Amino acid sequence: MSLPAEIRAQDLVARGVLRDDGYSASVAGQMPPIISRGFRGRREDAPPGRVPPGQYVTRDFPVLSAGPTPHTPLERWDFTISGEVDEPRRWTWDEFRGLPSEEITVDIHCVTKWSKLDTVWQGVRVDTLLEGIETSAEYTVAFSDGGYTTNVPLEDLTGGKAWVAFSYDGEPLQPVHGGPARMLVPHLYFWKSAKWVRGLRLTPVDEPGFWETNGYHNYGDPWREQRYWGD
Amino acid sequence: MEGTTVLGRLTWQPADVTGVVAETPRATTIAFDVPGWAGHRAGQHLDVRLTADDGYQAERSYSIASAPDGMHIELTVVRIADGEVSPYLTDDLQPGDQIELRGPVGGYFVWEPPLGGPLLLVAGGSGVAPLMAMIRLRAAAGSDVQTRLLLSSRGWDDIIYRDELERLNGNGLTVVHTLTMSQPPGWAGYARRVDAEMLAEVGPGPAERPLVYICGPTPFVEAAAQALVGLGHQPEAIKTERFGPTGS
Repeated sequence: MSLPAEIRAQDLVARGVLRDDGYSASVAGQMPPIISRGFRGRREDAPPGRVPPGQYVTRDFPVLSAGPTPHTPLERWDFTISGEVDEPRRWTWDEFRGLPSEEITVDIHCVTKWSKLDTVWQGVRVDTLLEGIETSAEYTVAFSDGGYTTNVPLEDLTGGKAWVAFSYDGEPLQPVHGGPARMLVPHLYFWKSAKWVRGLRLTPVDEPGFWETNGYHNYGDPWREQRYWGD
Repeated sequence: MEGTTVLGRLTWQPADVTGVVAETPRATTIAFDVPGWAGHRAGQHLDVRLTADDGYQAERSYSIASAPDGMHIELTVVRIADGEVSPYLTDDLQPGDQIELRGPVGGYFVWEPPLGGPLLLVAGGSGVAPLMAMIRLRAAAGSDVQTRLLLSSRGWDDIIYRDELERLNGNGLTVVHTLTMSQPPGWAGYARRVDAEMLAEVGPGPAERPLVYICGPTPFVEAAAQALVGLGHQPEAIKTERFGPTGS
């Protein structure tokens, strides 16, 4: 996917994936959009600059998960930081909840097109969890109950950009939304904010996670509309 | 890796509307020809983009309801009264119109004959669409994989693909309906929301290790998935796809 678009288009034609009849031009993104006569749309009155391209604002809180919702009892819950670290760290639920936490108000953007503005969370900064850890790793894999994984560059989790959240809208985080605790990485599409998170594995090389190996973009910046492979 | 067959960038492609058919009072199937369509796997979805004459755009994702078949694609769209995109798709689109699609997307919620079975497909309302792609592929491929479809609809007239499912029933496919809000006179089938007892009766049970696919509104999927785990099905064998009213 590092090939120039023109070469990819030829490649696709050569593989018989695209017909060589002009539609291949769309591979290079040259086609102007088709106007849908009579379509007007809803035109959310969202503040300018708050909603990334291709997103719409919702007041609901939709759910996207690939399997059944895990229900892990708090006494069996822990959070670990492992992998490329001097020494693995582990917190029980009570230890985790004893860490300094803060209220976070952020906009979130799901790859399935909805954005939700001014969501209010309570969580522990990843910086807090990484305090005192020696690592040469540049990448992380968040892993969850149920087997879900997602990869995020370490620098995207530090500097106050990411949290492990345990409360939403003033209430304990519900299982359907990732409780007891989920990642909150609001500057990336929301699948990067792993639900039911149980830890971070620090890795020297980038290891694509669940959706990233199933057609979704490896980094997932909503402002660059990085939804799928090749975006 | 269970990856998609996506090669390079997924670009917006013009799609020619070839047919618009009302399935039920609320659901409409729209058929497209998409020249250059790279093909899809049963269960995958795609993105639809509408552009207003001043450049304003809205995008939504829809499951593909048709089996892989060259450049032919069908979507089944439920009209959400206050939706932004679905009323345009169901009310305004006509054969001969063009809109833009890109896809296919998603490499997880898919089934193909080599994956085998038995299959347990559980659908709430229009959640039947991606499961129908699997059922249609199964039929087209001549597969006799043992398959149960449990389809929850509001009433008899709300059953999407009712006649086609009746035709396909048999040859290893068993279709079971539950009608949650109203039932026709003499209805002897299920008349309640999907629950553990119903799922146990429909089977296949956990001992047969079925591949389970559940699609529908979030509360429906939550309840069905939870009930199946409670019956002893392995969570890893249960694949879910959820949508909410904002999926309009």
